[in-house]
Amino acid sequence: MSLLSHLGISPQISGLLVEATLQTLQMTAVAGLLGTLFGLPLGVLLATSGRGELLQCVSFNRVAGLIVNATRSTPFIILVVAIIPFTRLVAGTSIGTAAAIVPLTIAAVPFIARIVETAIREVDQGLVEAAKAMGATPLQIIRKVLVPEAMPGIVAGLTLAIVSLIGYSAMVGAVGGGGLGDLGIRYGYQRFMPEVMALVVLVLIVLVQAVQTAGDRVARRVNKRLRDA
Amino acid sequence: MEPMIRLDAVSKHYPARKGSAAVTALSETSLDIARGEIFGVIGRSGAGKSTLIRLINLLERPSSGRVVVGGIDLTGLDNSKLRAARRQIGMIFQHFNLLSSRTVFDNVALPLELAGLSRKDIRSKVTPLLELVGLADKAGRYPAELSGGQKQRVGIARALATEPKVLLCDEATSALDPETTRSILGLLRDINEKLSITIVVITHEMQVIKEICDRVAVIDAGAVVELASVEQVFTRPKTEVTRSLLAVVSGDELPAPLSARLTREPVSGSAVLRLRFTGDDAEAPVIARLSRSHGIDASILHGQVDAIRNASFGTLVIAVPVSGDALAAVIRYLENQNVVVEPLGYLAADLRAAS
Repeated sequence: MSLLSHLGISPQISGLLVEATLQTLQMTAVAGLLGTLFGLPLGVLLATSGRGELLQCVSFNRVAGLIVNATRSTPFIILVVAIIPFTRLVAGTSIGTAAAIVPLTIAAVPFIARIVETAIREVDQGLVEAAKAMGATPLQIIRKVLVPEAMPGIVAGLTLAIVSLIGYSAMVGAVGGGGLGDLGIRYGYQRFMPEVMALVVLVLIVLVQAVQTAGDRVARRVNKRLRDA
Repeated sequence: MEPMIRLDAVSKHYPARKGSAAVTALSETSLDIARGEIFGVIGRSGAGKSTLIRLINLLERPSSGRVVVGGIDLTGLDNSKLRAARRQIGMIFQHFNLLSSRTVFDNVALPLELAGLSRKDIRSKVTPLLELVGLADKAGRYPAELSGGQKQRVGIARALATEPKVLLCDEATSALDPETTRSILGLLRDINEKLSITIVVITHEMQVIKEICDRVAVIDAGAVVELASVEQVFTRPKTEVTRSLLAVVSGDELPAPLSARLTREPVSGSAVLRLRFTGDDAEAPVIARLSRSHGIDASILHGQVDAIRNASFGTLVIAVPVSGDALAAVIRYLENQNVVVEPLGYLAADLRAAS
């Protein structure tokens, strides 16, 4: 904290900054994890339930597609307020970091599902045909062929999703969710402390940069397509 | 003996969809492929050969008819029995279809994993397969690090992993250069001999048929138009489609300056004949004998002698300065020498002299 005090930031503010950063990390991590947990299978189903596809179930595909689109077209801030009753049901409260994770997750699931769907659709159909010729079941094709082959795209997409979640998490300050965005608005904007605002933005930049770098590194590691011989 | 593969009045129609009319990809086709043979299917693109090979392992379900492989009627099986039956049918592809996320070893291991083998059993099967295709030293590499020929070798090892009775090759060499093609075809023939596995080859290249097939079916517009031994198809093609497919490899295609000068109507000058030789006759001095016996100076315009397996065959385009009865006598003489004669046209005398 000595660095911050040198910059004329009071210990109280630096304490808030650390707390807010941890809250943002917590919200992003938990929502990202839950979003992947639900979004990954949903994405796989979206990609494989269409007409003539592995797990053909056209009505599911239509309904799921509709819900995903509806969720994705609702502005996040409206989604946050709109689902307050649901949030209260799940988290027991509609205020605080734990409560903020609910709308974040709900926004993340369809986003991640579409990313996974796109990545899976990009897998060469020839591989599916080859696996069928080997006598693979639809589930085996998904587990052993589609998901592993789509992994570079999925990882890149998840990175994008987590970066978006960091941004979204700033908005849940509106419902008392805490985090960096909340700190920036309450101190930086409402209390005229531009140095707090600058710090908040700085920390966000560092966070996004770190997530992107880590994501790129993982994506490169799982991508065996463009290796140098 | 019961055939390895039997197509019994199989047809495949695709219903009309938005923007495209209904298509008959294959109309009532019956075909027997014997155990241990290398059977070729050739046709132009869109002729239905891709559909035909996909019908054999039921990647495409026939609209009607039966597909029997190794005595099992695949068309009568439920999904889980069909999956088990497919393990008896290996397949390789034009674009190899290897998993980019798996090493060479793990690609070959995939069909065994799918069949539920233990890690130990998998290892004991994959290693000899990699040795068979000559890639034992590449086990840990990824497909992106391999050349096209090496990728197809991985494809072959993978297709053989479940010890199938049949190997389907879907344009397996079409993405490869001629030299690599030859080495892959050599490997396929080795496998056919060593493992006495039945191989079905789909291709648009006569060269491939010539190199490895025992019999060949020529397919056009969704129907088999010719089916015979490779020697027979090469030396006595019956249909126009076959002839045009052969033109590329057998020297049937006349050089452009020559074909430009050919006329259909008889003119004073020379008649142009295409002669096809087979077997021992390919080496007989037919032209020299013709000159001696008929006192004719035949000039050779174009020609090629080639070999299929052990039988050699050749094509020769000659010009003979005779017409009418004398020409008929020449043709009769040649036909008596076991030469297939095809009149191509006439060359005007002055132009012959000028050339």
